[in-house]
Amino acid sequence: MNPASGRFKQGDTVRVLNEDRPGHIRTPFYIRGKVGWVERVYGDFLNPESLAFGGDGLPKRTLYLVAFNQADVWGAGQPPKDKVLVDIYDHWLEPIA
Amino acid sequence: MSATNDQHGHEHPRHELSHYAKRIYAIRDLLLEKGVITEKDIQCQIEYQEARSPANGAKIVARAWVDSEFKARLIAEPKAACAELGIDAAALNEFVILENTEKVRHMVVCTLCSCYPRPILGRPPDWYKSFNYRQRSVTDPRGVMREFGLVLPDDVEVRVHDSTADIRYLVLPLRPRGTEGLSEAELAKLVTRDSMIGVMDALPTLP
Amino acid sequence: MARGHHDVGGLPNAGPIEQTQHELSDWEIMADAVNQALGVRGIKRTDEMRRAREEMDSTAYRDMTYYERWIASIETILIEKGILKKEEIDSKLAEFEKKWGEP
Repeated sequence: MNPASGRFKQGDTVRVLNEDRPGHIRTPFYIRGKVGWVERVYGDFLNPESLAFGGDGLPKRTLYLVAFNQADVWGAGQPPKDKVLVDIYDHWLEPIA
Repeated sequence: MSATNDQHGHEHPRHELSHYAKRIYAIRDLLLEKGVITEKDIQCQIEYQEARSPANGAKIVARAWVDSEFKARLIAEPKAACAELGIDAAALNEFVILENTEKVRHMVVCTLCSCYPRPILGRPPDWYKSFNYRQRSVTDPRGVMREFGLVLPDDVEVRVHDSTADIRYLVLPLRPRGTEGLSEAELAKLVTRDSMIGVMDALPTLP
Repeated sequence: MARGHHDVGGLPNAGPIEQTQHELSDWEIMADAVNQALGVRGIKRTDEMRRAREEMDSTAYRDMTYYERWIASIETILIEKGILKKEEIDSKLAEFEKKWGEP
């Protein structure tokens, strides 16, 4: 796995930024603003938001596997144990105190 | 066949092809004329994809079922473990194995496009790329699994992975009960493509 | 907030999963191979192709088949990078059509 320079470690609670930006975004709309936790730190990767426009992808961004309770994403009615897990870059996450 | 060959040996479109279908041949010819890519490049890519199929994944899974040390290496260093079996996973940026258990099932989708472990399994099936799957899999994974014939009790945790970035996932399905007598090659026949995407379990018995 | 037309996770009213598989046509295999070959040669990145598909007309994105979207995005990126011109592709296509008769 790549080295990881990002802000978060396994187990950290995080919120996905509830933002809209022009350009090429790999953070799905449905997960923005949702709260989950870092399940796994994948390491640093070239930034697709730059690569998509012919850029060099630098600086690299740390990629995390972030887990969310389905009920926290879609509301009650979801089976309580079920999760959705999304690969999200560091700059799309914020810490929760 | 939807193309004919001209005197240069190039396949060319016939006019019943759709607009974009024809355009790829025009683009291909221009790229060759300009030397941007070569005939050999194209042929290599066609052969590369044809050599990739779910049989690769089935081989990996069957080995993991019969050899717990291999399974541990597969989970820790998936690409190196593939190389042990002669499966070239080099083209994958990162490769991650999701191990199913009696209490946990994984399912993989790419809601944004159609990310898929092509260097292992080949091209994704049509249903994987469909809007219905991309839309529903994250909200209703159990409903999708039911359509594929898998009904899970409530106490099983379903984990849907939305493959949005550089990681490519392969589900390691659960070894079906009562398969102790099967050889590794027979076990591989139980491992369907769909079981490695995670919408169903491995087949319970030989097909 | 605007949701991109490609960003469909969780959108309602999706029907059952259609599990039938179509056999790839030669042109689809060609589109796939040209796309990969351009990648291997370092001409384009997958991220650029995705972005081109995201910038397409939304109706076209929904209406095109999978490999038609790939072809449209290959064309967009090659033109954007100055490797091909739209007019060249058009006239190459016209050559084909002349050779095999008008559509």
